Amino acid sequence: MAETHLSPRNIPDRLEGRGARLLKSWESLLLVVACVIFLGNSLASPYFLDPWNLSDATFNFTEKAMIAFAMALVIISGEIDLSVASIIALASTAMGYAVQLGFDTPALVVVGLSVGLLCGTVNGLLITGLGLPSIVVTIGTMSLFRGLSFIILGDQAFTGYPDSFSWFGQGYVWWVFSFEFTLFVILAVAYGVVLHKTNFGRAVYAIGNNQTAALFSGIRVGRVKFMLFLLTGLMAGLASICLTSRLGSTRPSIALGWELEVVTMVVLGGVSILGGSGTIPGVVLAALIMGMVTFGFGLLNVPGIVMSIFIGLLLISVIALPILWRRARRRLAH
Amino acid sequence: MRGNLQTWSLGEPTNSAELNLLQDTITSRMKPAIALEGISKSFPGVKALSDVSLSLYPGSVTALVGENGAGKSTLVKILTGIYQPDGGSIRVADTETTFPTALSAARAGVTAIHQETVLFDELSVAENIFLGHAPCNRFGLIDWAKLNADARALLHRAGADFDPTIRLRDLGIAKKHLVAIARALSVDARVVIMDEPTAALSHKEIHELYALVERLKADGKAILFISHKFDEIFRIADRYTVFRDGTMVGEGLIADVSQDDLVRMMVGRAVGSVYPKKDVAIGEPVLTVSGYRHPTEFEDINFELRRGEILGFYGLVGAGRSEFMQSLIGITRPSAGAIRLDGEILVIRNPSEAIRSGIVYVPEERGRQGAIIGLPIFQNVTLPSLSRTSRSGFLKLTNEFALAREYTSRLDLRAASLDQDVGTLSGGNQQKVVIAKWLATKPKVIILDEPTKGIDIGSKAAVHAFMSELAAQGLSVIMVSSEIPEIMGMSDRVIVMREGRIAGRFERAELTAEKLVRAAAGIVEAA
Amino acid sequence: MGKLLKNRELLLVGAILVLIALIAWRFPPFIAPTNLARVYNDTSILIILALGQMAVILTRCIDLSMAANLALSGMVAAMLNAAFPGLPIPVVILSAMALGAILGMINGALVWKLDIPPIVVTLGTLTIYRGLIFLLTNGKWINAHQMSDAFKSFPRTDLAGIPVLSWLSLVMVVAIFLVMSRTSLGRAFFAVGGNPHAAVYTGIDVGRTRFFAYCLSGTLAGLSGYLWVSRYAVAYVDIAAGFELDIIAACVIGGISIAGGIGSVPGAVLGALFLGVIKNALPVINISPFAQMAISGMVIIIAVAVNARAERRKGRVILKKAEAV
Repeated sequence: MAETHLSPRNIPDRLEGRGARLLKSWESLLLVVACVIFLGNSLASPYFLDPWNLSDATFNFTEKAMIAFAMALVIISGEIDLSVASIIALASTAMGYAVQLGFDTPALVVVGLSVGLLCGTVNGLLITGLGLPSIVVTIGTMSLFRGLSFIILGDQAFTGYPDSFSWFGQGYVWWVFSFEFTLFVILAVAYGVVLHKTNFGRAVYAIGNNQTAALFSGIRVGRVKFMLFLLTGLMAGLASICLTSRLGSTRPSIALGWELEVVTMVVLGGVSILGGSGTIPGVVLAALIMGMVTFGFGLLNVPGIVMSIFIGLLLISVIALPILWRRARRRLAH
Repeated sequence: MRGNLQTWSLGEPTNSAELNLLQDTITSRMKPAIALEGISKSFPGVKALSDVSLSLYPGSVTALVGENGAGKSTLVKILTGIYQPDGGSIRVADTETTFPTALSAARAGVTAIHQETVLFDELSVAENIFLGHAPCNRFGLIDWAKLNADARALLHRAGADFDPTIRLRDLGIAKKHLVAIARALSVDARVVIMDEPTAALSHKEIHELYALVERLKADGKAILFISHKFDEIFRIADRYTVFRDGTMVGEGLIADVSQDDLVRMMVGRAVGSVYPKKDVAIGEPVLTVSGYRHPTEFEDINFELRRGEILGFYGLVGAGRSEFMQSLIGITRPSAGAIRLDGEILVIRNPSEAIRSGIVYVPEERGRQGAIIGLPIFQNVTLPSLSRTSRSGFLKLTNEFALAREYTSRLDLRAASLDQDVGTLSGGNQQKVVIAKWLATKPKVIILDEPTKGIDIGSKAAVHAFMSELAAQGLSVIMVSSEIPEIMGMSDRVIVMREGRIAGRFERAELTAEKLVRAAAGIVEAA
Repeated sequence: MGKLLKNRELLLVGAILVLIALIAWRFPPFIAPTNLARVYNDTSILIILALGQMAVILTRCIDLSMAANLALSGMVAAMLNAAFPGLPIPVVILSAMALGAILGMINGALVWKLDIPPIVVTLGTLTIYRGLIFLLTNGKWINAHQMSDAFKSFPRTDLAGIPVLSWLSLVMVVAIFLVMSRTSLGRAFFAVGGNPHAAVYTGIDVGRTRFFAYCLSGTLAGLSGYLWVSRYAVAYVDIAAGFELDIIAACVIGGISIAGGIGSVPGAVLGALFLGVIKNALPVINISPFAQMAISGMVIIIAVAVNARAERRKGRVILKKAEAV
């Protein structure tokens, strides 16, 4: 187009300012949606704007969002991890088992995180070590990890967690800010920095866009991917600690179906399921939207399953609408 | 409709001039099998074809020549219904038509045999031939017995006699070509497009292909033959059409032109001025490769690369040059052999170690291995150098922009901004970004694998000029190329590879095109 | 021998035979023909579903909504029967299949016309279809006593010593086998998944072919919906929850490549049977049924590793002497 008219020696760094770019971004669309839902909720229910109610609302998404941050990196790198909910179950079962052996809270945390890391290692080795497709491997480990929980627990449940353990899922750091919400904020910032401000994050984008070219450019593709699966396992372990602490018990069916909700959250946040693009702020907004919709529907006494229809429709329409909009605009232009 | 295609016998013309005369009188009377008029096609940022016309005549071979990026493949895609032209008309047998889909082009009798055979590895040979138009029994189910029998007959017509029931993936590339040709025969095509069909074939196979082209010609097919090899163009083509930068710059009878004429039309200037090779004082050896071998890809590779030298690696496509180069940077591991860089033994296990030691490889497949088209220019350029531009693992955008600005301007990149996605650039400018990316790592040795494949003439000249300058600055360059003019124009020394081995070494002074071709093809000098 | 090992179907037959032999060693009555027929009957629905999933996976797509589709179609079939007990069973079955086909078409249309990645589409419709059951029923169950006897007994009806359910799955296996091997649509499934780029050149409409694959998987899910509800004589929101993964597991075990273009009807059937044998064997050899999930997980991982080895491309052979070996 304009290529030939430009003098070669001074290519500007950027054409449009960051503001203009931000305005056109997926994240600003999500922000508008989030505001509309927030407004709708506060008009629909007088209880919504109460700080403690809002604080309660955050429990709907914090645990899933922790995993969603790591999952976002995995999906941006062009892979997927469907085993996260099963890692929660296995980690929770292991913690429950540790309670039976008389372990106390610090030891339980170590157990939860280590099981998460271990599961992530298994996924990572199968995917990067043997070069197997992640979608099938994690469908397999999804069965395997939860299956192990079933073998250990059957139709029983582990309870009797120590009182101090309940702080992770039920405690507050300051005023209305729960431990989980605080952790969510810290992790959001940490993942934002890792993905957007470090060499590691750049490598993740490069791998997701073109794995071969990234390899030729000297990026250790296998190592980066392995670390991403490790990280996802660790986050699932962390989420398991929070969820187990909040519920106070472990059944093998704990967090059933969460993998799909986490993936939905990531995709809703603007991460391309084909890899290569997406941002952490987008995932944060998607988590807030999903949490508020759940909570708003709850206040209106709408059953959870109807809310899942809404999430399903939202998932498809947020992807379909921009496509339809682009097509309509092209047709008008002609 | 298809039945009235006339076939005729040419008799036995005594010489080629007579044949061409005969051909000329026939084609002047003949209606074209397909005629394109005033075809234009643009892509974002590129005008691929503008106001191009082309007529193909039954029983005649038309050679389409032009540099890479001249618009040949765009034209093929329009002829086969993959792309829609922005303007112009297509006439088949004097009726104006359009090819909105690949199927409609196939129905009109246009088939293509592609560079990379676009066939189905997991399906049987017979099915590859008949996919989309398989013979059915009276219940509408595919009749496998008839399918296999018909496939066998078509393969026989194409000069092949292998079993049509085996899976395609078990065939070599040459046999896959024959399958593609059998497929063209199966649809009773009136127009056959052959897109560099001999690129991956052996000497013997090429001759079999020529025989096949003659047979297709005798059957009254109109053939569009795309090739870079002048000897084969002058051997089998009747007519020529030359493209340059998306326009048609000449057409006529092959008998009326010389090779030099065609080259001049293709490049639009005298050939000598294209290669800006500087004379450089060659220094001490920088890279020494000894006894390099791989179980299946190459063996006995020994050579030295000296400071300021451009070492050309010539050979046919598939001679093992890229495979060897990739083993140098740790993509694959050799089974034996050693590299010394500045006298020190080097063990390279992956590309990041190669980059750190100062050996970089600009890969052949720009889209797959080189450019990351979804990322902006500056991020592409800095990707292998991030450890230098960043501080303790954190990105420093100002450093990145500075590095990208420095190297893209040295390569004369044309772009609107450094934040533009590489995918929005033309092929030539993408290649500049890719080269800038590896130069920014400040290497000692740079390996360029087909550095000017598929880019426009302007960019090509820029790449050549820059390569020459790099050597003058003391960098050592290995250039893999399959283009003889480029190899002869740019190299200080040439190594020819054939079937995974070194088949010849030549100093610049003793280089001739004939020697290169003979070494690459394995033709031994008659004593 | 090497060739024999490369044939995935034979390998799988061997694995199933070894498995059955091991079970018979611990519990001989397992290999009684009547018991094996019972195992087959019990696996029939999974076989039918795996056939549909196979068509979708062959085209490089995936259908995560099959179990939800099954539940919705099954619920509608049960509601039809409860509201109009006199309605002939074939009409009920056809309505379930038609509804399933429509749900499949929705998936297919979104993939075809809007180019949304298949995994996203079916992830979305999976929750929507299940949610719709709740909206239809308000969460209420339809129990055995609300269903007519004809509705419940049809799949159990004995025909030449074999229940109709088994017959139906056999008919489907043969029908899908014919579609896959003897129709241009069936071959197009393979072509689209094997090399979508080349398929375009061959004149095959990739999107349209995928649409038909989803129609097929939807129709088979609809049929399975009726079969599931009548066999277990109950319909509620959560029936067959999570079964979509069993279906994919059957396909993966059966050697159908998730990358598309590779697979076979016998493979899908054997993959389903492998899971069916394990499921039926665990209780009789005194392994807790809770172990089933972990075992299928292991089997999926082993199967995908084995398949990947078989599919791994050979490196380029350039040296002439290497070619001769």
